[in-house]
Amino acid sequence: MTVRVPIVENILNANDRLAEENRTCLESAGVFSINIMASPGAGKTSLIEQTLPRLKGKLRVAVVDGDIATSIDADRAAQAGAQAAIQVNTGGDCHLDAVMLRGALEQLDLTQFDLLIVENVGNLVCPASFKLGTDKSVLIASIPEGDDKPYKYPGMYRGVDALVINKIDLLPYVPFKMDYFERGVEVLNPGVVTFPLSAKTGEGMDAWIDWLLGQVKSKR
Amino acid sequence: MHELAVTQSILDISLRHAKDAGAMQIKGINLVIGEFASIVDDSVQFYWDTLAEGTIAQGAQLHFERIAGEMTCSNCKDSFHPKDIDFACPTCGSQFVRITKGDEFRVDSIDVE
Repeated sequence: MTVRVPIVENILNANDRLAEENRTCLESAGVFSINIMASPGAGKTSLIEQTLPRLKGKLRVAVVDGDIATSIDADRAAQAGAQAAIQVNTGGDCHLDAVMLRGALEQLDLTQFDLLIVENVGNLVCPASFKLGTDKSVLIASIPEGDDKPYKYPGMYRGVDALVINKIDLLPYVPFKMDYFERGVEVLNPGVVTFPLSAKTGEGMDAWIDWLLGQVKSKR
Repeated sequence: MHELAVTQSILDISLRHAKDAGAMQIKGINLVIGEFASIVDDSVQFYWDTLAEGTIAQGAQLHFERIAGEMTCSNCKDSFHPKDIDFACPTCGSQFVRITKGDEFRVDSIDVE
């Protein structure tokens, strides 16, 4: 005879539990952490490269770089002044998960850092589903991607705590309707803190850096 | 997509609960998946056939209950299915809308013997 056993358990419960362990681990070391997500080419690594020199002498920063293969991004982060840069190759997986971040955290003496920047795999779908246990999730949108991305990738836009709009120096050359973009963002994530900037020209970077410094400070 | 990881999680959850219930065989898995959860049913079933092999869940049927996405207008309180070109309320045109359904992503129950 067949019997129905009620369960009602979130499918990614195991990952969520591990993410909580990561959070506790970072918490006890007093490290403020962010998970940077974006499509490939939005400027995750470029933003990190431009952020690190501006934090020099103020914060000790570790970077964990997720990528399908290669250590190009971690090398760039180290070059830009990260005190530690760890590459996590996902071996074809489309996102970082809590287990992968834990593996990276185990390689770091967390007491030596104020800020952990996790650069996720370039992808606007999968990383949104897999919590890592970081304090804040940051999405980088970029002007050339187009103004319809909130409508097409609502899951990603809904789950983040801050939104960077990169490559604003390209606004004069690209048909990007900012009010249409912002309307979509407002529906999905009301009041989310937004940083329009250009990692290339440096315009708007100050507000982003101030936010980071403020977040780290409030953690202490 | 990450169907492999998702399928493994579904299997782990099902086996754990089947064991707790003292089941000999899992016949069916009942999943509730919202429209905003990006999962392809066929891929999950494909991985399932491989991952469940040799376990008491081998041969179990996966049942997907799909929950349509829903938005609710903060102005006129009307609920509607979102279109991906715009989120505006089709009734009153308001831009103040909120997502109210479609995030479901859970194993609801299993059918065991």
